[in-house]
Amino acid sequence: MNESTKLQLAPWVATIALFAFWEVGCRLFQIPEFILPTPTASIAAFFQYFYAIMFNAWFTLWVTMVGFAIAVVFGLFLGVLTGASALSYAALYPILVGFNAIPKVAIVPVLVIWFGIGAVPAVLTAFLISFFPIVVNVATGIATLEPELKDVLRSLGARPLDILFKVGLPRAMPYFFASLKVAVTLAFVGSVISETIAGNRGIGYLMLQASSSFRVPLVFAGLITVAVMGVGMYAIFALIEKRMTGWAFRGQGRA
Amino acid sequence: MSFIGIDAVSLRYGGDEGTLAVEDCSLSIERGEFVALVGPSGCGKSTLLKMVSGLELPSGGRIRLDGDEVKGPQHGIGIAFQNATLLPWRSTLDNVLLPLEVSREHRSSFRRKKKQHIERAMELLATVGLDEFATHAPYQLSGGMQQRANLCRALIHEPELLLLDEPFAALDAFTREELWGVLQKLFMDRKFTVILVTHDLRESVYLADTVHVVSKRPGRIVLTKRIGLERPRTLEQTFDHGFVDIVHELRDAISEVRAS
Repeated sequence: MNESTKLQLAPWVATIALFAFWEVGCRLFQIPEFILPTPTASIAAFFQYFYAIMFNAWFTLWVTMVGFAIAVVFGLFLGVLTGASALSYAALYPILVGFNAIPKVAIVPVLVIWFGIGAVPAVLTAFLISFFPIVVNVATGIATLEPELKDVLRSLGARPLDILFKVGLPRAMPYFFASLKVAVTLAFVGSVISETIAGNRGIGYLMLQASSSFRVPLVFAGLITVAVMGVGMYAIFALIEKRMTGWAFRGQGRA
Repeated sequence: MSFIGIDAVSLRYGGDEGTLAVEDCSLSIERGEFVALVGPSGCGKSTLLKMVSGLELPSGGRIRLDGDEVKGPQHGIGIAFQNATLLPWRSTLDNVLLPLEVSREHRSSFRRKKKQHIERAMELLATVGLDEFATHAPYQLSGGMQQRANLCRALIHEPELLLLDEPFAALDAFTREELWGVLQKLFMDRKFTVILVTHDLRESVYLADTVHVVSKRPGRIVLTKRIGLERPRTLEQTFDHGFVDIVHELRDAISEVRAS
């Protein structure tokens, strides 16, 4: 087996090993199902409640994606603003950091008061939790522009906007796409939190219902579904990253 | 009147209490002259260069460029630094074309005249021996090749003034000497004015018409040496007695400044 096949197989082997460890542990120590169900029981629950899970997973997925899309637009905008101007960086950064430090769980009830139960609080929570890494990364990408390069361009009479569009933004793209991978998984955390606290649909809501009736295998089936969706979106954005910013991955098996 | 007049210029960084980088420095440069500034590190050579380009404004004295006082970033100057800073997402050719896309003079007509611009860029790349690498990405070029492309980028808009801040300092000795030849050829063909900041005394004597020795911080001109050698100068010449004597003279001047 050569190196690249090994690398391709590694994540599958590790995941299967984790599930096997979990299964064996549960059986060996005879852990009751309502405390920690085995993976096989969880997967059985997944198929038993397949339609309910799919219905709610679909809801969670689109809610997350809408929140994430807003986060991308907003994060890119704020990132460019704080990265390109030292003044707006100084003005906005403390606010952003403070805002990011607020537990989003605490905001959900407020959002419910404002917008009622349903998709809107979940979309907003997904947005609020995921825009910060995008802002930070885009701002870093733009702010770390080599001063020499800036001098070269300024001495040509380049306008600040030229420098931003010709150099700053392209340069920030690897940072931007790297942050998308992180942000999209965070967005799932946000929407599921919101659904769990105040929802009437979605995986979070399903898990809450299941745990209140002690159907713990179903709870774990929900958790695994969220994890799979998160990994899937991560993979999609990793692929887009490679496509868009191949120049930043030189000599690492460029696709 | 000279092309560039630096008249009793001083620059203090960081307010009244800050470091004095350049003090009472005067210098005049003729059109088409190749000037080298040499001196101990941190003596304000690069600061002087920045002031000529208007990227840094003097806190005292005046700088004139082509008759007008420098009051802000000048347009249409070519600059190259030690770090080539080519854009990694652009091909070598597109990197060289960048100045035409953003410069005041060319930006509006860039698309219309793109074909001519590409021809001009290819011609320039050919003079430095890079025409076969036009479509390569910067990381596929060696350090010396990147620096050649950097020179092309600094010259594509045919500036009258080329400012070079230790452009060859990060290269190995052989590549550096090779690029001296490249730069001398470009200078002889195109007849622009050059200010070169360097630590390398052989480099300064090989390339320049006039070498100015700058004192340690705050920088002032302590010795001005005309180099009367015929062009094109050859690498063999750099080992001649006459050449070596000039290098020694400059060396002594710098040792004195450093000791003082």
